[in-house]
Amino acid sequence: MTAKSAIFQKEKWVIPLQLGVTFLFFAIIEIAIELKWLNEYVLSRPSKIFFAFHRIIVEESILSYTAVTFMEVLGASLGLIFIAIPFGILLAQKKVLWQAWGDWVSALAAAPIVLLYPLFLVVFGRSPMTIIVIAFLTGFSPVVIKTVEGITNVRQVLKDVGRSFNLSAYQQFKLITLPAALPAIFLGLRLGLIYAMITVVAVEYLIDLGGLGNIVGELAERYDLPATYAAMCFVVGVSILFFAFLERLEKWLT
Amino acid sequence: MKVNKKPAASVGGASSEQPVLVVDKISKEYQTNSGSLIAVDGMSFSVNPQEVVSVIGPSGCGKSTLFNLIGGLTPPSSGKISVSGMPVNGPHPSISMVFQEESIFPWRNVVNNVAFPLEINGVPKAEREEHARRFIQMVGLEGFENHTPSQLSGGMRQRVAIARGLASEPKLLLMDEPFAALDEQTRLLLGDKVIQMQQELKQTILLITHNITEAIQLSDRIVVMSYRPGRLKRIIDIDLPRPRTSEIVSSEEFGRYVAMIWDDLREEASKGMAAADSARATT
Repeated sequence: MTAKSAIFQKEKWVIPLQLGVTFLFFAIIEIAIELKWLNEYVLSRPSKIFFAFHRIIVEESILSYTAVTFMEVLGASLGLIFIAIPFGILLAQKKVLWQAWGDWVSALAAAPIVLLYPLFLVVFGRSPMTIIVIAFLTGFSPVVIKTVEGITNVRQVLKDVGRSFNLSAYQQFKLITLPAALPAIFLGLRLGLIYAMITVVAVEYLIDLGGLGNIVGELAERYDLPATYAAMCFVVGVSILFFAFLERLEKWLT
Repeated sequence: MKVNKKPAASVGGASSEQPVLVVDKISKEYQTNSGSLIAVDGMSFSVNPQEVVSVIGPSGCGKSTLFNLIGGLTPPSSGKISVSGMPVNGPHPSISMVFQEESIFPWRNVVNNVAFPLEINGVPKAEREEHARRFIQMVGLEGFENHTPSQLSGGMRQRVAIARGLASEPKLLLMDEPFAALDEQTRLLLGDKVIQMQQELKQTILLITHNITEAIQLSDRIVVMSYRPGRLKRIIDIDLPRPRTSEIVSSEEFGRYVAMIWDDLREEASKGMAAADSARATT
């Protein structure tokens, strides 16, 4: 067997392995509840969760809640693309700007911005804009930091190639700096968008304003455990799809 | 075997045409924390049309500084450089540079890397790709046009860099140790490729190197530099028959040139090693 075919053999088994492990995990929980090792009033049976999916899609209209979440994530994404990346580019251009603002941007990454949601409610009202702004601020730091890192770490020899061809500053940026920095910028964007998505769902849960976080909260309040867990699994599934989409987009663009 | 003992701008090959490159009393001084450092001191030499000239010297003698000075990436402290009679005051359209480090763009495929100089000059896509394919073929990479750099070996990537340098049809191809990162066999074979291309295009080349074999294999003349400050020690004419291949390295005449250049370099390299040892002892 050649090395190449060995790699393909491995890839072929990855998905069945993942599905097998997941199935085994649910089977263990099902058996543990059946044997009364786990309390069914705390953790619902996986079989009931599975059948609750149909209910949350048809009766609870989870897809319309997904659309709300999607629009809010999209709003935050546009903010990250059109505000955070240009801000990062600006900071990377002038050392003095990065020295002045870099620490603040890094500090923002560690700040629990979600806890400030009452303040944002006062400023932006009880509207999707509040959720979009909080999500944008959560994703802002990784995007800016990775953009600065990507631009400042462009290899000197690539810059010298540009200089040797007498490129203008604009050509140098467009043809060399930006494409060379794109993998790092994308890494930041992916991190930022993941943080933004988590924040969107969390704030929806906190302020009951539509979206996937809101439906999880509503179902939990009704103590409909199978549907609550089904909705949570649905959120995890949407997150995985979102992550996979970002990966594909990154590969296509870089 | 000819040795020009006196370095001067007029010292050169047999051609009576105007030199492609004239380096005239060029110096470069850097200010460091421990005072000023003269990297290159009063170097003068010229390169005639269709000639291959190598600059050889021990590590730290200022070869790369000289490369940056001639390429217009670093301004000289004093002296003048001209290409085809025109002064070099910055990057010059008549000079193409091939760097020691890997310098092809990882996000572009082979054909787009080679076509880069034409793209920035506004040549239409179809035309520049056709032009690029010609040079890709010349460096022996036909069939790899749509490959990305990550799919190529180190030697292939350097050939792409050379093809990119040639694509702008420069008057002078300036190369800074382009095969330094490659193994000896690949280096010799790539040397053959460079000789082939040079003869096909009648390209004038200035090669910066620390490899004696490579310098003799490729060059019409070799400029030997002294250890810091980098001064011209002497210019050696290489009277080996052309066309050459890597087989020439086993000839007796080749061996004599190696011995002669090593004799010069050993003295300079020893000075470099002694300077490095004393710097280490003081820290």
